[in-house]
Amino acid sequence: MVEETPWQQALRYANRANPYPFYEELRKTPVARQPDGTYVVSTYREIVALLHDPRVSSDPRKCPVPAVARAEGPGEPVAEPIREVLTEPNIITCDPPEHDRDRRMMMPHFAGPPHEPHLISDLEPDIRRIVDGLLDEMKGKTRIDAVDDFAYPLPVRVICKVLGVPLEDEPRFHHWIETALDALDFGPEAASEEIRRRQAGARQAVREFGQFAADLLDRYADQPGPGMLSALVNEDGPEGRMSKGVLASNALLLIFAGHETTVNLIAHSVLTLLRHPDALEKLRRRPELIVPGVEELLRFESSVQFWHTRSALEDIDIAGTTIPKGAPIFLAYGSANRDPERFTDPDALDLERRDNQHLGFSQGIHFCFGAPLARLEVQVAVGEFARRVENPRLVEDPPPYRHNQIFRGPRHVLVDIDGIRD
Amino acid sequence: MTLRATVAELVREFRASGRIVIVGASLAGLRAAETLRDEGFTGSLTIIGDEPYEPYDRPPLSKQVLKGWVPADHTKLPRMREVDADWRLGVAATGLDRATKQVRLANGELIPYDRLLIATGTRARQWPNPAEAALHGVHTIRSRDDAAQLQKELAEPPSRVLVIGAGFIGSEVASVCRELGIPVTVVERGAAPLVGALGGVIGEIAAQLQRDHGVDLRCGLGVSSLEGDPGGHVRRAHLSDGSAVDADVVVASLGSIRNVEWLEGSGLAAGFWGVGCDAGGRAFDINGVVTDSVYVAGDVARAPHVLYEYQFLAMEHWDNAVLGAETAAHNMVNLEPHYRPHLLLPGFWSGQFGVNIKSVGVPPFGDEIAFTQGSVAERRFAAAYGRRGRIVAAVTFDHGKWLEYYGKLIEQSGPFPPPPPGWDQPPDMKPMPAEFPDPRVPTAIPDVVLTGHAPSERTAEFRPRRH
Repeated sequence: MVEETPWQQALRYANRANPYPFYEELRKTPVARQPDGTYVVSTYREIVALLHDPRVSSDPRKCPVPAVARAEGPGEPVAEPIREVLTEPNIITCDPPEHDRDRRMMMPHFAGPPHEPHLISDLEPDIRRIVDGLLDEMKGKTRIDAVDDFAYPLPVRVICKVLGVPLEDEPRFHHWIETALDALDFGPEAASEEIRRRQAGARQAVREFGQFAADLLDRYADQPGPGMLSALVNEDGPEGRMSKGVLASNALLLIFAGHETTVNLIAHSVLTLLRHPDALEKLRRRPELIVPGVEELLRFESSVQFWHTRSALEDIDIAGTTIPKGAPIFLAYGSANRDPERFTDPDALDLERRDNQHLGFSQGIHFCFGAPLARLEVQVAVGEFARRVENPRLVEDPPPYRHNQIFRGPRHVLVDIDGIRD
Repeated sequence: MTLRATVAELVREFRASGRIVIVGASLAGLRAAETLRDEGFTGSLTIIGDEPYEPYDRPPLSKQVLKGWVPADHTKLPRMREVDADWRLGVAATGLDRATKQVRLANGELIPYDRLLIATGTRARQWPNPAEAALHGVHTIRSRDDAAQLQKELAEPPSRVLVIGAGFIGSEVASVCRELGIPVTVVERGAAPLVGALGGVIGEIAAQLQRDHGVDLRCGLGVSSLEGDPGGHVRRAHLSDGSAVDADVVVASLGSIRNVEWLEGSGLAAGFWGVGCDAGGRAFDINGVVTDSVYVAGDVARAPHVLYEYQFLAMEHWDNAVLGAETAAHNMVNLEPHYRPHLLLPGFWSGQFGVNIKSVGVPPFGDEIAFTQGSVAERRFAAAYGRRGRIVAAVTFDHGKWLEYYGKLIEQSGPFPPPPPGWDQPPDMKPMPAEFPDPRVPTAIPDVVLTGHAPSERTAEFRPRRH
């Protein structure tokens, strides 16, 4: 048996709760070629350089090697079900000029000043109401699940409202997303029977999800409704309109990314603060620290641990290595955010960290589209949690984690509480 | 006590009870003051500013303020921390006596210092004919008051605005006028707008951009005189080709003048080009010898830049003011070997006619240009500037997120033309002359400038007055 690389070890499910020692090992080779030909970049400086390098593509159609890591040993390469089913590109899986044009078309309906400068900030009262409601519902309980009772319901309600997706459809797409994610594995376990079994289900789930998005867009084409999707279907911008396929693909991306990453961020924030009682106490005393605090929490436990659709369109010399033309490139944000070359004392949680240009939302042209919304949601949710929840104690540490490595997060965070303040 | 211990004690003592005076209460002055306190300076701090206002931000003045989005008095700069300073606002510094270490104020007061930071910046060059400049409706735009007054007149609105000079400020003013639906004529002496900063190739694109937005752009022309009505309000401008433009608002955007007059007789290397200093912000005296107690930061500072053959560069950029001030302030309360250099890769941005124009490096240092990404026809592109096979600058139109890449290439002396991107390549990536005006054309003001970069070839050159 060949010894596993630090990256492969970091991706093992057993290490999901704490991949950081493996990242530390990984950073010793900033650009590390993996046995399957993937180049994993783990240091801050190199990742930033590649995020701004026009020779790096984000379009998986341009990369000849399947980006899902193959396990050593016998077995077929594992294809990624989401990509296999979803043939039309969305803004995260295409390059300029298509990327720029589609993002430009979407931006005015989301947060693009000067078109809608207050669209996100105007959501604050709604967000506050939802958070208050969730906390009110905990009254009388002594044990809560910070994921199911708190972190999950908020983003899903907000994204449904922003996009114009009926909230009653939530159980359906929740199931599809979970099923697809549980089959998405980039580590040595990808070739296991279990994951292969899940993949068939994942393909079906993505197909159904795609059909759901297409139907929804058709409905809005007939009868315009509230939210961004209806606007995109019905309103022509200066550059026209997106094709239905591209729009459906982007709708899927937004429904997915709009809540999945935020769920993990809220859950991780609660978990992290409970592990650092001093920080929690400080946040309680100085609520204004929630703004820099959320940035620090984003750095500390990045919602997107790495991204996997990039590839080299030319030979790229970086950090003493040449990434050859055509090679897949994984950018390990979770590792870069703990890079001691970039952040002083990176494993310490410092809610007041000043020099904190983390990669929690990435950088460059693919900088997180939803960042302004995510920031607001997490600031309100975590701020109110710190203020209102009395004497919260972690029941289980580490908590059980979800399977997928990219959207790393706890499946449940059980917390014992004394009560909920008003 | 060892010498080292004595020096350490001196530094400690100075930080505890030294006297620092900052002349200039704008961005650089404020950030320097904050850095001094951050660095543990607890001595007395005096900040002198000739305007009556607390430090405010200038970039919005020619954009959001003129459009009427933001009132001119709402541009106050955010404070990063308490500075606990003695603010002397509304009174200009008029002289510097380095022998007695005192700054003289317009009201006759003398302010003693142990260390001095010069951050007096620049002012707008006025329309040269004082009688014409005094006509109602004739403006420059540099200060809060300038912007407030011009905004008021634009809101009326005027029948036509004449902008003299199509640099960044002039172009931004023209852009605002068009957004407000006001007819505007731009007269530019050079071949195209922005030609001094970005060269003729980009200038041509900027010219087309202006014309597409309905600007009456006239290049290669000057304004010979301004004519007022009997009430003393400007009504007409006569151009160098004999034609005339009727306009009731005139904005002279003729560049800036560095505020160095108050340093006359101080023995510092201060002149038309700014105050010479080393990369650590320590001012040079007139002989080119570095001083120990006088520092410079912001628009008025002029320091050698390692990436540009050690030429002395004055950078009128926002981040130069901030980072230069931070570096100078750090060095003011430290000694060797703890000095830091200010080695910023220059960069600026401008918003005009719906396009976000950004640049890194020093474009006029280049003599060639190549389009590297995007589409010129759609006015979304990146272009690199080169000199002798090396990339020295880049400019983007609505492509700003790529500047980081070019910045890195410039810092590492990357090749020109740079490696082609994998996608979104412009149809023609061939380098061509960048068409900057000849920098050796003498200016109207005599001055001494340094040329050459290696110690053995450095000489001074006198540039005589033209008339």
